[in-house]
Amino acid sequence: MDLKPGSRWKSAVCDGEFVVVRPAKSPVSLEAGGHQVIPHAAERPGDLVLSDAHAAGSAAGKRYADAETGLEVLCSKAGKGSLSIDGRPIGATESKKLPASD
Amino acid sequence: MHTALLLDMAADAAPDRLALGGLADGLTFEETRRRARAGAAWLARQGGQTVAFLGLNGWAMPVALFASGLLAEPFAPLNYRLPNADLNKLLARTAPSVAVVDDDMLHRLDTHAGVTVVARSAFEAACAAEAADDPPWAEPDIAVLLFTSGTTGEPKAAILRHANLTSYVIGTVEFLGADEGEAALVSVPPYHIAGISAVLTGVYGGRRIVYLEAFTPEAWVDAATREAITHAMVVPTMLGSILDILAERGESLPALRALSYGGGRMPLPVIERALELLPHVDFVNAYGLTETSSTIAVLGPDDHRMAIYSDDPAAKRRLGSVGKPLPALELEIRDPDGKALGPNQSGEIYVRGEQVSGEYTHKKVVQDDGWFATNDGGWMDDEGYLFVEGRLDDVIVRGGENISPGEIEDVLREHPNVADVAVLGVPDDHWGEKVAAAVVVKDGAPAADDLAAWVRERLRSTKTPEVWEFRDALPYNDTGKLLRRQLRTEMSAKPAAA
Repeated sequence: MDLKPGSRWKSAVCDGEFVVVRPAKSPVSLEAGGHQVIPHAAERPGDLVLSDAHAAGSAAGKRYADAETGLEVLCSKAGKGSLSIDGRPIGATESKKLPASD
Repeated sequence: MHTALLLDMAADAAPDRLALGGLADGLTFEETRRRARAGAAWLARQGGQTVAFLGLNGWAMPVALFASGLLAEPFAPLNYRLPNADLNKLLARTAPSVAVVDDDMLHRLDTHAGVTVVARSAFEAACAAEAADDPPWAEPDIAVLLFTSGTTGEPKAAILRHANLTSYVIGTVEFLGADEGEAALVSVPPYHIAGISAVLTGVYGGRRIVYLEAFTPEAWVDAATREAITHAMVVPTMLGSILDILAERGESLPALRALSYGGGRMPLPVIERALELLPHVDFVNAYGLTETSSTIAVLGPDDHRMAIYSDDPAAKRRLGSVGKPLPALELEIRDPDGKALGPNQSGEIYVRGEQVSGEYTHKKVVQDDGWFATNDGGWMDDEGYLFVEGRLDDVIVRGGENISPGEIEDVLREHPNVADVAVLGVPDDHWGEKVAAAVVVKDGAPAADDLAAWVRERLRSTKTPEVWEFRDALPYNDTGKLLRRQLRTEMSAKPAAA
């Protein structure tokens, strides 16, 4: 899977949708709900189920980053599944809220 | 990442929240998205590869911005205050394009090859009436073309890519971070970078945007009251006149929570008066450029309060700074050879980051390693607060000494009889340039000698203006930028009245 910046993906097992903000240093597999994400325009397969080990949820507007590989994604639509890279869960980055300036 | 995705996210998560317009008749996020899709479908049928926009603020502007984004065509808002000849020159440069034009501005336009002109009323009708599916999302590239104000020559077309703008938005704004009742009053025109960023950050933050068609201080205060405005951005010239109206009417805008300002040098007396009149408001000073997708440094509310209530001279002085650079950016002060300088050393401000485009249609000015030279002079204090001295083109070179006009202007603005002032260099046979001041007075008529003594006591004699001119007003463009070049031409032509 080519996780290039700006590319859009969705979970194969829940409503979650994601956009890549920063690419990984080397190719990785990004999963949501325990299954590899699929391109945004693709149809969800009907035969997969959410893995209990990856069901902590993804929140719209949250950024998820992995220090090890450098991959950073923005969740653009919330879903029940949580993200992992090659089976290893990745967490949300802390938001740095700035005072409104526009 | 695509700018239209920002709207998509908000419409998915908060479809029924008001996005644009008044409490009584505003559009929800869902309806805004529907109109953007319908607008995109309609615009695609008109042809062109750029969407030009000539008109006042209103819902059609953000809808046209997102519609152009969906089509992966640049959105090019034009300055309706330009004389017809200049306006037509810019419009011709957008070809091949479709231009959405306010109905009462149609008569100002000539026919241009490759430019299809459509009335705003027709665009609005199509957006409101037509049903449209989510269009196929085209690969995003250039999001916005902004013509710079051209105060120093032919306007340049600055390029802002989807990647620049979205990285700025998701890096600085919390998704739907606004409370349900928050509303931002936008009074900067559609062709100003702050008008573009207001749409994107407002939508992503989930804050309703209320437009003022054209700025007058009375209309601004009326709208702020009527619409329970919580947030607003103003340029320095606007703030002074807004405070006058508030003082006159005895109003204090209880709903207002945050007021940001930028786009030029804010006179200290004005911001001090603002803090006094509106103690419940969080003030934010934002510094940015068109070429950097808006804000790159912010002086926050706490810094403002510290400056007023603290006895620490460093904290007080920071009211004249633009605060600290955004965390997602790198910022350096460099000397003319490009060498990075330390704290308290003055040089040129350089910036690097994903939101920085540093690109025009005719050339890319960002360096290969990503650094962009802003052409602004400045320095940082020991704590990393950035002080902007102004455009390097405006620096006065008097007998080999570089003199920043901003410092002298700040000192003069503290004088009780000075309402407004501009300091600039005029040609001099002996020194190359000499320091000149154009002054607008208030509450009396100070003699030039008194003002010169005022500066000499606070700075030094080489920084004391040698030429003084008293005027009724200084020339500004409509977004609050002083027209220095015009002033310099006028003052250089006249014999010196010392």
